Amino acid sequence: MAHAHESNVGRIWKVFAILSVVTIIEVILGIYKPDALHRQYFLGLSLLNWIFYGLTIFKAYYIVWAFMHMEGEKSSLRWSVVLPVVFLVLYLLFILLTEGHYIYGVFKDSTIKWNF
Amino acid sequence: MEATVTTANNDEKTWGGGDIQPLGASYGKMMMWFFIVSDALTFSGFLAAYGFSRFKFIETWPLPDEVFTHFPFMHGVAAPMYYVAFMTFILIFSSVTMVLAVDAGHQMKKNKVIVYMFLTIIGGLIFVGSQAWEWKNFINGEYGAIETKGGSILQFVNKEGKQVALADFAATLPEERTQLSRSHGTWFMEEPSRSQYSVAEVQAGFKAHPDLLIRTEVIKDKQKTILSRAESEQRLGQAAYVVEGANLERNEYGNKLFADFFFFITGFHGFHVFSGVIINIVIFFNVLLGTYEKRKSYEMVEKVGLYWHFVDLVWVFVFTVFYLV
Repeated sequence: MAHAHESNVGRIWKVFAILSVVTIIEVILGIYKPDALHRQYFLGLSLLNWIFYGLTIFKAYYIVWAFMHMEGEKSSLRWSVVLPVVFLVLYLLFILLTEGHYIYGVFKDSTIKWNF
Repeated sequence: MEATVTTANNDEKTWGGGDIQPLGASYGKMMMWFFIVSDALTFSGFLAAYGFSRFKFIETWPLPDEVFTHFPFMHGVAAPMYYVAFMTFILIFSSVTMVLAVDAGHQMKKNKVIVYMFLTIIGGLIFVGSQAWEWKNFINGEYGAIETKGGSILQFVNKEGKQVALADFAATLPEERTQLSRSHGTWFMEEPSRSQYSVAEVQAGFKAHPDLLIRTEVIKDKQKTILSRAESEQRLGQAAYVVEGANLERNEYGNKLFADFFFFITGFHGFHVFSGVIINIVIFFNVLLGTYEKRKSYEMVEKVGLYWHFVDLVWVFVFTVFYLV
């Protein structure tokens, strides 16, 4: 590790500031839920929820890259950790959410009733 | 002195992988990363299952704003989000002190590592305590509700649409209600603890308060549907249980699966935080004893740091999925 002895304190506090600001934005949006975002839909999800997920990924990136110091690792380690997770999570979400939506449709359109 | 020093680069002891470093990371660090990969996939599985159930019951899922409204010392004030935001800050801040400890370790500054590790442990304990308080509120509930024969939850609201607690309107009827315990029943029969009010008492109380209405689980236009008085009375006729608070079987907030997922996912995350605190304490004492000073490397602090940041990372997602969306 060539960078082992230099101090990263400045960057750490900067990342903390970024994470805090993003969290505050999330909380403010979560409390006020502006109609312009809350009632607009894109691919079945409201814009507000897209923003929440986007900010979450943004925060996750900073935690992994700066705090877990992924940016200092070799790119082979980086890819062998990040790629399987990203691929499998997307795959899992695609299958489960599609199925969940399908079952919703089954309950809605047929004579079967769940909770009444 | 030299004789007691153990280094990973000793040729005879290759338990630590020796000099072979695939992916440019030491054995322990690389394995910590792959443990994190598998744990991340486990959490993803849970959160995706939550998403599955939510999509399945998309029209009747509880709204988080109405469930998590407590804040310490502010009883009766609806303060959604603030408390979890506080918990999130605690965890992010303990991540910062952890990374500062790792940074101080790189520079071999023992005292700084001690201070930062200590702060990290304190942060973790505050977080676990906060989660316990959150669970307590969730389990005790605030208003109470009725479950119908068909398994859906009916909540009570006044004319303004604000929720009303069962205790505020339920009648007291001269009926005898005894807890069925093993000593009373035949053949090992018992029942879970009885609710404070019986279904008949809630129904009588509802009749006596003409301004009350029933709110169903159905979400229309981002809000739960409130029935008219006539519909409310008809709906209440199908009441089967009085639900107070939450357990694994039913909860007053709505869909039964909601509480199950809440307990399971936040519980699994809380267990990670708890075990992280324990591991941090072990490493903290090793730092105090000068183990890593002798080893001339604070890599152990870095490895437990990876785990600690991962716990923070998971919380970022749990926070979004349970409280924001």
